[in-house]
Amino acid sequence: MNTSQQRNLIQKAGFGMLSVVALLTVLPIVLVVGYIFYQGLPAISFEFLTGLPREGMRAGGILPAIVGTIYLTIGTAIFSVPLGVAAAIYLSEYAQDNLLTRLIRLAIINLAGIPSVVYGLFGLGLFVLFLNFGTSLLAGSLTLSIMTLPVIISTAEEALRAVPQSFRVVSISLGATRWQTIRRIVLPESLPGIITGVILGLERAAGETAPILFTVAAFFLPRLPDSPFDASMALPYHLFVISTQVPGMPLKLQYGTALVLLCFVLGMNLLATTIRSRARAKRQW
Amino acid sequence: MVKISIEHFHLTYSDGAESLRDITIDIPARAISVFLGPAGGGKSSLLRALNRLNDLADVRSVSGQIRLFGDNGQTIDILDPQTDVVALRRLVSMVFARPVTLPLSIRGNLTYGLEVAGMRQNNLLGEAVERSLQQAALWEEVKDRLDEPAAALSGGQQQRLCLARSLAMQPEVILLDEPTSGLDPISTSKVEASLQEIKNNYTIVLVPHSVQQAARVADHAAFFLQGELIEAAPGPNLFINPTDKRTQDYVEGRFG
Repeated sequence: MNTSQQRNLIQKAGFGMLSVVALLTVLPIVLVVGYIFYQGLPAISFEFLTGLPREGMRAGGILPAIVGTIYLTIGTAIFSVPLGVAAAIYLSEYAQDNLLTRLIRLAIINLAGIPSVVYGLFGLGLFVLFLNFGTSLLAGSLTLSIMTLPVIISTAEEALRAVPQSFRVVSISLGATRWQTIRRIVLPESLPGIITGVILGLERAAGETAPILFTVAAFFLPRLPDSPFDASMALPYHLFVISTQVPGMPLKLQYGTALVLLCFVLGMNLLATTIRSRARAKRQW
Repeated sequence: MVKISIEHFHLTYSDGAESLRDITIDIPARAISVFLGPAGGGKSSLLRALNRLNDLADVRSVSGQIRLFGDNGQTIDILDPQTDVVALRRLVSMVFARPVTLPLSIRGNLTYGLEVAGMRQNNLLGEAVERSLQQAALWEEVKDRLDEPAAALSGGQQQRLCLARSLAMQPEVILLDEPTSGLDPISTSKVEASLQEIKNNYTIVLVPHSVQQAARVADHAAFFLQGELIEAAPGPNLFINPTDKRTQDYVEGRFG
């Protein structure tokens, strides 16, 4: 065997090992999703999705938890999207590179690293107790918003920076102001990226348990919330409760709940991916 | 008639990369002036000073005076920080070396400058679209697909669209920074022909991409070398009969 054949063989072995490793990383996801579908699918029924829990949550449906999570996601979006996108526009389009903006960026990075249970405690202290919102959808949405902000800010800023600088120069050379340039050129161009970031951030918020633990979640509340100041059930916390706190809970219902939460989050993920790939296909420079 | 008067203009960048020293020159109205010279001579910087696009760059210091004599009899002190730069850029428009079409339709590119200036009347916008495309010799090629993305045009068409986009705003001065450097000879000659046609109504300042192009189109020429204005003269004189040895060496192709 000559050296060139040898090198080819080594390369083939290397590529082979890399593809095995790549496959291994996919394996857990496939297993988790597959297992939850396998265990949870039998629980899914019209009553399960649209009914109220009965018999100490051991029977009936999980509608209050589904609705609670949807409300929380919408509430989080209301607070975090305008704030996050505005902050990203400021950082990308207006801010000079100085000590202040470096501190802001540092704060954003650190905000992303704070454990979620700490957000929960903070939300309890600030929103539930100090501002007296009580255990409520409002307090929960605000807490989740703070947690989601860094994700939205950093992905939106990245999307804004991806817009070629030449577009800005040309727009300004045609007599547009900075704001007109942002509104007419930069924002429309970066919108798919921003939306993707927003959805990914909200998706994380929808699946979190710790931040809603002290701020919104009700252990058992067999009715739908009808004001932002109501407490509510929510899917992640409900899952925690029925998996650990309720004796004699049918396994089927636990996996059914997990499946609903998983589908909610995966659905949002799919939406984000679709928006991104559509925008990529449309891009023409 | 003088359109722009530049007196004792100095410019330095923060990184010290390129600078202009003591530039004094008059730019005649309704004619093509060319700034020529080897790269790094400061031609683009001077061009960008004329509509304050240098504001976007990292400029350390600027001094001297640049005045624009508007058609309405008004004089604009271009370097004055109080000057309304948005209004200035509507009077002094720019075409860049690389054709950058905005991510809009062909029509959207042409009406952009007018729309941001607040024009809403569709008939006026439509007239501006046709007039500017005619002037840039592009109308026949695109009149049936004005709503298609501008990015779908060929490079040469895109550059003529950029010229049309400037013309649509009916500025008084058009700055062109090597507008044909990436174009094939046919597109280049179309651009040059449009310039010859519009120079009766506009003041044109061109950084040419070659000495040959400068010689073809110049009514007035200025030679820049390493941040200094070496020599300025009407049209062919600078090429036929340069007074400075460095100008002669450059136009004869001994360096550059």
